[in-house]
Amino acid sequence: MSNKILVYIEQRNGQVKKSSLEAAKVGSNMALKLAGSVEALAIGNSIEGLEDLGKYGVSKVTHLKNKELANYSSSAYSSLIAKFINENIFNIAVFSASALGKDLAPYVSVKIDAGLAMDCVALNFENEEIIATRPVYAGKALVDLKINSAKKVYALRPNVFNPGTLTDAKAEINVIEIDPPNLNVKVTDLKKSEGKLDVAEADIIVSGGRGMKGPEHFHLVEELASTLGGAVGASRAVVDAGWRPHSEQVGQTGKTVSPNLYVALGISGAIQHLAGMRSSKYIVAVNKDKDAPIFQIADYGIVGDIFEIVPSMIEEIKKIK
Amino acid sequence: MKIAVCVSHVPDTAAKINIGSDGKNIDANGVTFVVNPYDEFAIEEALKTKEKLGGETVAISLGGDANKETLRKALAMGIDNAVLLKDESYRDSLSVARALAEEIKAQGAELVFCGKQSVDHDNSIVGQLTAELLGYNCISVAVSFSFDGSKINCEREIEGGKEIVETTLPAVITTQKGLNEPRYASLKGIMSAKKKEIIEKLPVAANNYIEVRSMKKPMGKQAGKILGSDATVVPELIRLLREEAKVI
Repeated sequence: MSNKILVYIEQRNGQVKKSSLEAAKVGSNMALKLAGSVEALAIGNSIEGLEDLGKYGVSKVTHLKNKELANYSSSAYSSLIAKFINENIFNIAVFSASALGKDLAPYVSVKIDAGLAMDCVALNFENEEIIATRPVYAGKALVDLKINSAKKVYALRPNVFNPGTLTDAKAEINVIEIDPPNLNVKVTDLKKSEGKLDVAEADIIVSGGRGMKGPEHFHLVEELASTLGGAVGASRAVVDAGWRPHSEQVGQTGKTVSPNLYVALGISGAIQHLAGMRSSKYIVAVNKDKDAPIFQIADYGIVGDIFEIVPSMIEEIKKIK
Repeated sequence: MKIAVCVSHVPDTAAKINIGSDGKNIDANGVTFVVNPYDEFAIEEALKTKEKLGGETVAISLGGDANKETLRKALAMGIDNAVLLKDESYRDSLSVARALAEEIKAQGAELVFCGKQSVDHDNSIVGQLTAELLGYNCISVAVSFSFDGSKINCEREIEGGKEIVETTLPAVITTQKGLNEPRYASLKGIMSAKKKEIIEKLPVAANNYIEVRSMKKPMGKQAGKILGSDATVVPELIRLLREEAKVI
């Protein structure tokens, strides 16, 4: 049987998510490696930018359209995707392990009777088989696994699969107007955190810990983050102390992140924090304690006073931006 | 109304993880196991819901005898009954969900809470899989929960914000930090939990779709350079980030 791969393309407010573009490129690579074919499926009302999927190697996109589907509905989306997979006999489905993908992929996997590998950070091909690597224990270990069911679902950790070189191709889009579906579970509204970038999606994260000495000093963390165009993160200690919201927590009971640059300010590096950020490409640590465990994984460290060093960092970066 | 809570027994987040001799699991020697942190929010929300609307609560855990410790903690916090689905063999998430779904059905529970993920294998899918197997509605990663007896409203954490999600019973809610402040067990609760029976059952058998081939430690990151101890090294740091790392 030849492999038929479907990539699910996520939209929010009618815009295709970056992590779905990464998934599209992985899907098209998979089709090359497994001598199969790849298509994409998007669900929503009006969606912009679907033709750009061609650049990522996906030439055929189906858009299931209904105005009731502009917002996410897990019951509706999962039924539509499962139906599409079954009717068109796809045997592999690829999702992004975004907030939406983590919710949606499991329902679809049950509906199509597939094994699901969640939050993959690498896919390797061995004799026409896919070996998926995923972090466990918040990245303190990794497992290599194989899905043994006939149908397979892979959800990919955002920000890990670099799409690499793109082509100029444009995808052909087939828009299908559909009937209002099962809306048993429905998103009725969205609350945005005020113009803030989320740690899970940021290329650059600046995190603060106990060494910031109080919530009133986090403006330094925020200012450095905004100067760098990054997101603000926090250690568990400062979240538990109520200095910062839980949505910013990085670590085993917060978010596991792998940005290009992680700047740790006044974070000593508890094992559960390191687990959540150790896969960052570059780590900078500023801490007054030279024995802080964070220095063992930092690429660049400064053993010194945050309140002296951070303002200077902000100033130096402003010079070059 | 019957409310079920699914709980797992996992290594403490402060634990160092080493790979076991089979190369597929962790070496559990010297590792402290605790109630999965996210499940504490599930227990608390079940108790709060019962206090508001009445009903009966049951905690369900799949695993070996060691899981009784976690079930006792749930009882001590105030959960009415506890069931251990006894099976120490490897089960993937779907196979765990099949066992849980079967027991939830047997219990007749219409509302189910479970942690959004177990901090061992971090799949964050068991709640959703269980809901789908049962044909229940599901809201995952809830940071708020309100239920008036007919309609359920949750806030669900997403990238850069929250979704407001609406559904009805029967439902599975997976719980995220921020939902509530789990209570401490009272001394009375701890004493009465000791006397309560934990019902042991054999879970339904199920095939594993996921085969773990190996477990390994991530590549060790080498400690880098300590550039200095004051602001005079900042220009050098910025130069390195720009020219060597090329990240800014």
